[in-house]
Amino acid sequence: MSNIHKSYDVIVVGAGHAGCEAALVAARLGFKTAIFTINLDSIANMPCNPNIGGTGKGHLVREIDALGGEMGRCADKTLIQSKTLNTAKGPAVFSLRAQIDRRAYQSEMKYALEIQDNLHLCQAEIVELVIEDKKIKGVRTHIGSFFPAKTVILTTGTYLKSKIIIGDVSLDAGPDGLLPANRLSESLKNHGIGLVRFKTGSPARLNRRSIDFTNMIEQKGDEPIIPFSFENEDKDMQREQISCFLLYSNEHTHKIVGDNLHRSALYGGGIEGIGPRYCPSFEDKIVKFADKDRHQIFIEPTGSNTEEVYLQGFSTSMPEDVQHAMIKSLPGFENAQIMRYAYAIEYDCINPMDLELSLEFKDIKGLYAAGQINGSSGYEEAAAQGLIAGINAVLSIKGQKPIILDRSQAYIGVLIDDLVTKGTNEPYRMMTSRAEYRLHLRQDNADARLTPLGYKLGLISEQRYQRFVKKQKAIKDEIERLRKKTVPPSDRVKQFLDKYKSTSISTGIKLYNLLKRPEIRYRTLKEIDDQMPELSAVIAEEVEISIKYEGYISKQMQQIEQFKRMENKTFPEDMDYEEIPGLRIEAKQKLIKQKPRSLGQASRISGVSPADISVLVIYLNAKARRGKKNE
Amino acid sequence: MDDGEPLSIFSLIDKGDNMVSENNQQFETIAAVSTAIGNAGISIIRISGAAAFHITSTIFKGMGSFLEYPSHTINYGKIVDPDSDEIIDEVLVSKMESPKTYTTEDIVEINCHGGYVTAKRILDLLFRRGARPAEAGEFTKRAFLNGRIDLVQAEAIMDLIGAITEKSSTVAVTQLEGRLSQKLNSIRKKLIEILAEIEVNLDYPEYDFEEVTIGKCVNIINENIVELEGLIESFDYGKVLREGINIAIIGKPNAGKSSLLNRLSGKNRAIVTDIPGTTRDVIEEYVNIRGIPINLLDTAGLRQATDEVEKIGVEKALEVMTSADLILFVLDAQTGFEKKDKDILQNVSEVRDKTIFVVNKTDKTDEQRLKEIHDIVPGVIEISVLEDSRIDVLEKAIQDYVNKTEIDTQNQVIITNARHKKLLIDTVDSLKSALFAADGGMTLDLISMDIKEAAERIGNITGHEISEEIVMNIFERFCIGK
Repeated sequence: MSNIHKSYDVIVVGAGHAGCEAALVAARLGFKTAIFTINLDSIANMPCNPNIGGTGKGHLVREIDALGGEMGRCADKTLIQSKTLNTAKGPAVFSLRAQIDRRAYQSEMKYALEIQDNLHLCQAEIVELVIEDKKIKGVRTHIGSFFPAKTVILTTGTYLKSKIIIGDVSLDAGPDGLLPANRLSESLKNHGIGLVRFKTGSPARLNRRSIDFTNMIEQKGDEPIIPFSFENEDKDMQREQISCFLLYSNEHTHKIVGDNLHRSALYGGGIEGIGPRYCPSFEDKIVKFADKDRHQIFIEPTGSNTEEVYLQGFSTSMPEDVQHAMIKSLPGFENAQIMRYAYAIEYDCINPMDLELSLEFKDIKGLYAAGQINGSSGYEEAAAQGLIAGINAVLSIKGQKPIILDRSQAYIGVLIDDLVTKGTNEPYRMMTSRAEYRLHLRQDNADARLTPLGYKLGLISEQRYQRFVKKQKAIKDEIERLRKKTVPPSDRVKQFLDKYKSTSISTGIKLYNLLKRPEIRYRTLKEIDDQMPELSAVIAEEVEISIKYEGYISKQMQQIEQFKRMENKTFPEDMDYEEIPGLRIEAKQKLIKQKPRSLGQASRISGVSPADISVLVIYLNAKARRGKKNE
Repeated sequence: MDDGEPLSIFSLIDKGDNMVSENNQQFETIAAVSTAIGNAGISIIRISGAAAFHITSTIFKGMGSFLEYPSHTINYGKIVDPDSDEIIDEVLVSKMESPKTYTTEDIVEINCHGGYVTAKRILDLLFRRGARPAEAGEFTKRAFLNGRIDLVQAEAIMDLIGAITEKSSTVAVTQLEGRLSQKLNSIRKKLIEILAEIEVNLDYPEYDFEEVTIGKCVNIINENIVELEGLIESFDYGKVLREGINIAIIGKPNAGKSSLLNRLSGKNRAIVTDIPGTTRDVIEEYVNIRGIPINLLDTAGLRQATDEVEKIGVEKALEVMTSADLILFVLDAQTGFEKKDKDILQNVSEVRDKTIFVVNKTDKTDEQRLKEIHDIVPGVIEISVLEDSRIDVLEKAIQDYVNKTEIDTQNQVIITNARHKKLLIDTVDSLKSALFAADGGMTLDLISMDIKEAAERIGNITGHEISEEIVMNIFERFCIGK
């Protein structure tokens, strides 16, 4: 007889980056939550790259933070190097990226979970979902206990039936020597949930002491360190930073790979899963980009109290002996000591098109999925989905409408809409080029975009919200001040313009207009503006971006307005596509299967043409008329 | 003006929004020929919308002010181009005030003479004065959306609209499988390649790709602008095909040019006398020969003019000759081939390949004269306007000529759709804005915004979305990853 536990509001299956955010947010909103993991010591593990942020991903972290999520705060506490990428390429793509002390991150996150009220951490493998009448009832553990739950969030990452492949050796194992979850897949299948195999890979880790850095290019962090979290200030962030190093592969390395291609799991046919294009193994690079005589490789630290380093750019599925030879061929690696070999990993994931935009399964009430199980890749992508799934699980219990961020509000919206509406046939990585409204979705204004929502949901404290309001006011005030203030064509101003190679003026000019010139920076205006207030770096940045790029930003806002008109045209729940005359059969089938939420979402479904959209609009209009007549 | 495109989504959404809101907000004013395009003696142009009366009042000259005419009346007057004061046609105009009209909006119907060409000129005037071309089935849609039609009818119209869009998408596909789409796709591909190059630099900043140089972008953008502008210009060429070809009738005085023109147009328009030189002005007549819309241009007899008035006519005739698409050179069988004919022949020597030779008055000559003419101008077509003989042979020759040139135009890429033209103009605007940004030292993320917009606009014609393509292009061309 199996043990029946007390009931939970929300049960989270898996304690990776998605699971942690999901569990924390549900518990913070006051709902009884339990989070399960196969191994409590692996909470919030970073089995691959030891960094958080980067292009598109740094944006996600800021957005998670603006909605009260944990990732940004935790990264700020544990980062060992920080950089802003793309500083010369424009405000839309400024991206924070930090190297993280991975063990410290894990214990910080575990502690955050432990001290959270309403949250129960539990080490157990969930092997079965209990579903009745298309409604989730609870989960069963590997030792047969039953945990009843109102909602369940699947955040299983890469652990479902995961297989590690090194050359011709294939093992049933999760990453980092952890156990795979072999039984849950069957349960999902039994409930009619379709699964596909995805694959990804991870490079080798080495002992830093065995590497000669003499001929490598050192890459230091930026000073001062800029925090991810809007809660932290620059002054909270000061610490010793650890460098990364850049080196290059050479012809010798490439020859070794070429000679041994048949032994690669990837090319030898050992892997059936679909791998990501943006994350090719090193053998992939050699084959696809044969004309390149060298490839970049980065050495990244994995913590402050460890000598283990990560070899970015050198992921492979070659057997041990070939990996050995490949690494030894790199300059400075002659005596390198490999601590963990590179591997490829294969795992089960669901088809995200089976989900609503709320991340709830279309056909199973109360069951949600977030993170790599949905076909995404990356810690940040996982955390973002976890947060949204957690919020929406709670909202559904409360009988409220789910939170759905659209593509013009947040990268989180782009991420979920892409996955759910278009699906993916490889692990999905966020990129800034996926966002149509990139200039609006900046990392600097993530709080302006999302904090009011976080506050409304109860995820942002009153104190933090008041600080946010004050910050927004300071930005507005300063923009207004610059708009009003004129400087005369005095000698001082002329000298200033000369100094920055800017066109001279003959009449007075508004500081606002001066700042629009590409060569004039906000900070330098101080030289001719004695009244410039002392503003924090973040406020100064937003003032500058808002003014400098005003024309482009307002153009983008117009585009967003158009987009919103399609997005705000939502379909009624009982939309019967069968009865709509004029829809093409293919479109009808796709629409019935996908049940889009709005006209905008329908227009992004492949196989639905503009003509079909016209028909839908006419239908909606006719229906609205009918409704009005009946009133 | 049915250009076969499905309605723009936004206009539809707006209509829907209007419909559910209580205030019946006014739509844009639209105009189109509402009779079937073809050989009808009368064409009706329908204008619907809040500005219908105002727009009409600016081009219609009748008794008193158009705006003061009572509703549901038919009024006589002229359509006059307000910019040139040229009279386009004599017309009957119906004025119908909202709401008791087909669309429930203010409606004007202009009944004009002749076929497509006159109607088209009046339409162009209306568009210049602020109306926009009505889209497929738009009058009916307005009737429906404004609540003129009940639900049962609305459902039936839904079927119809479905059918229209289905059909037009088939047409679009056929067109787009052709050279136009190849051309547009190649331009789009180049833009996406630059975008991928920019984007990979933005999304993978830590990798050392060749930094995308602004200079390289600028060159490629400039090349694309040139190509696009060529396409935009081709619209005017495409217009000739849509609106008919210009045929000039030349020949010495009294060779029978005007009577030929009258015969072809079936009307007594040009002044016909036996005195040489009575047709001074270039007279246009719009006719339909074997389904081909044709503008017939009569010219003053080409001879060395002494009298000033006549001289102007002759100069004009020479001008018309060079601009005409096809020339009918009329010889006189009665007089035989004279020096005057020889002079004119010299004039047409440069445009000989677009000239059809006709010899008139075969009823008033003998075998010998005809043979002489045949020797000088081989292949000349014998006709007699007076006896109405062998006119069909001439018509066939005109048809063959047009068909031959049609084939030529098929070897060029041209655009014929006004919406496409508008999108291409907008595309060029976006690209120019990208150049401006590059020139002004703007950052790559902003330059990329304009190029993306350009690629999207072309995609609106070819029906492609761009974002996934850029991502694919990045992965194909650049070596990135862990």
